[in-house]
Amino acid sequence: MNKVILSLQNITKTFALGAHEVRAIDDVSLDIHRGECLAIVGESGSGKSTLANMILGIFEPTSGEILFNNSVLPAVRDLPLRRAIQLVQQNPLSSLNPRRKIAASLRLALDVHSIGDKNERQQKIGELLEEVGLTAEQQNRFPSALSGGQRQRVAIARALACQSELLVLDEPTSALDVLVQARVLNLLNELRAKRQLTYIFITHDLSVVRNIADRVAVFRHGKLVELNKVEKIFSSPDHAYTRGLIAAIPVVTQDEVLLRDSLGNDGSTGNHNLLGNKEETR
Amino acid sequence: MNQPTLNIENLQLGFKSHVGMSKVLHGISLNIRKGERVALVGESGSGKSVTARIILGLLQTLPTARISGVLEFEGRDLTKLSAKQRHALRGTEMSMIFQDPTSALNPVYTIAVQFTEVLRRRQPKLKKLLAFEQAAAALRQVAIDEPERVLNSYSFQLSGGMNQRVMIAMALINNPTLLIADEPGTALDVSVQAQTLDLMHKLVQEHQTSVLFISHNLGVVRDFADRVYVIYKGRIVEEGATQLLFSNPQHPYTQALMSAVPRITGGGIPNIPDVSDRYSDPAYIHPASGGEL
Ligand SMILES: Nc1ncnc2c1ncn2[C@@H]1O[C@H](COP(=O)(O)OP(=O)(O)OP(=O)(O)O)[C@@H](O)[C@H]1O
Ligand SMILES: Nc1ncnc2c1ncn2[C@@H]1O[C@H](COP(=O)(O)OP(=O)(O)OP(=O)(O)O)[C@@H](O)[C@H]1O
Ligand SMILES: [Mg+2]
Ligand SMILES: [Mg+2]
Repeated sequence: MNKVILSLQNITKTFALGAHEVRAIDDVSLDIHRGECLAIVGESGSGKSTLANMILGIFEPTSGEILFNNSVLPAVRDLPLRRAIQLVQQNPLSSLNPRRKIAASLRLALDVHSIGDKNERQQKIGELLEEVGLTAEQQNRFPSALSGGQRQRVAIARALACQSELLVLDEPTSALDVLVQARVLNLLNELRAKRQLTYIFITHDLSVVRNIADRVAVFRHGKLVELNKVEKIFSSPDHAYTRGLIAAIPVVTQDEVLLRDSLGNDGSTGNHNLLGNKEETR
Repeated sequence: MNQPTLNIENLQLGFKSHVGMSKVLHGISLNIRKGERVALVGESGSGKSVTARIILGLLQTLPTARISGVLEFEGRDLTKLSAKQRHALRGTEMSMIFQDPTSALNPVYTIAVQFTEVLRRRQPKLKKLLAFEQAAAALRQVAIDEPERVLNSYSFQLSGGMNQRVMIAMALINNPTLLIADEPGTALDVSVQAQTLDLMHKLVQEHQTSVLFISHNLGVVRDFADRVYVIYKGRIVEEGATQLLFSNPQHPYTQALMSAVPRITGGGIPNIPDVSDRYSDPAYIHPASGGEL
């Protein structure tokens, strides 16, 4: 089987804004391996969500090509392709139909893609939603009657229900408490192993990245500035920007403070001690 | 005159539906002193955002919501205010950074138009051009380096973190007495987040703003807050000064939360149950904090 599931080749994306041009992604090339979890981290506004949208076919790249299983992704995608690549959007509220109850939203996704036995669909959905920690009663609510984190879990369950090959997860656990986050991440890990899934995991939470990713791609100003194994990123990153990021991670234990400081004390852009030297008093 | 900026006692909330009443808040008590930064952390779905919306007077308009309890803002009884008076408080004396900025901003108007509206709540006669300048300056402070472009954009043309910073700048610009920040940093990279928190920190000190800071990021809470409330299933389970609570968590739920934080030193995703009977143990209030003023 082919090792590369998705290949980005010299991707550039610009947006016209009046007379202005925004270069959201600037000549990015990157291979994603089947079965891996690739984390994409970096500056806010560096083009991460734009990249996700292009992989999903929501936007077309201005130039460059995206290959999925060795074939160029077409502008208009057929059903099997749409099913094969799923997205969990950064803002779950805007991706759920406000007029449809949660369970019905998921049911629709399965109906569209004719996944599983018709009679079993309802039950499958119930099980999946329970696995992400939503009760049967919550499944029958409208999105507006759920908390931020509950909506986020609905979006994850919907993407998983579609039995895709590649999952693009844009800040999938940022609205979850760390206990529920652990449950969801463990579920994602389990399913990845079981179904040979591939994840592109976009997040600002570097503590999560350290514990879930195989490789990390670091973006800044629309460019890929570093791509390395996760261990390397957190022990001896190549790029000063990466080092600055790591130096700014908010942490909870003294061991982490030590690690962070050992990487960030070279005068780079790190500024973890901005908050009035509180660190020293602990 | 030594009253807290915000005082909540025994706040209860339920939602009525055709199957009956579902209780969400089971008597929350919480206070914030002048200039104090208080964090509310805890379970997803435990009632943090609804508490914030009640303080702002937004949930009171929902026909299915049943609310009771004491709500005082600078000694004023919030439950006695008319809808109009509540509206006047919002955006001036009280402001909020909403959890989902992309949907909290109106996609039909440019950021500039929305910003001008916020500014005119304090300065009703403010000229358009001047408003634009004030807004641009505020955006620069939250690390947005092309404020003109951002102001001329619609929310859907901006990244998640840009929208979040727009909300933060809007919430701070009128120097509120009380700032409620619901997950203000989720879409920000760690450097911008540090910079933004630093700005909030400065403004809070300068203007003695009281802050209710809602976050799942315990590292950020540890850096930012003076005092922490931990909430689980609509009940406060632990309260204490940040340092005390982090170094010596007492309640089983708080302890579980602390141990579930992924570490940058590695070790994998912890496997700790997110439901347990012990998480419903009675609350633990650390001494020498809270209550007294
Ligand atoms: N539809 C659009 N029209 C114009 N500009 C856009 C559009 N979508 C995105 N942009 C711009 O492209 C850049 C990259 O945005 P993107 O949402 O990809 O960033 P991001 O890396 O996901 O950031 P964040 O971490 O804040 O979510 C930003 O400058 C944004 O304003
Ligand atoms: N309009 C509504 N009708 C019924 N239930 C609701 C409504 N709005 C919120 N809820 C429920 O109230 C509870 C508290 O919601 P809230 O949004 O305050 O949670 P939260 O603590 O902010 O969680 P998160 O961390 O996930 O954002 C949730 O279980 C939610 O499902
Ligand atoms: Mg984004
Ligand atoms: Mg919330």
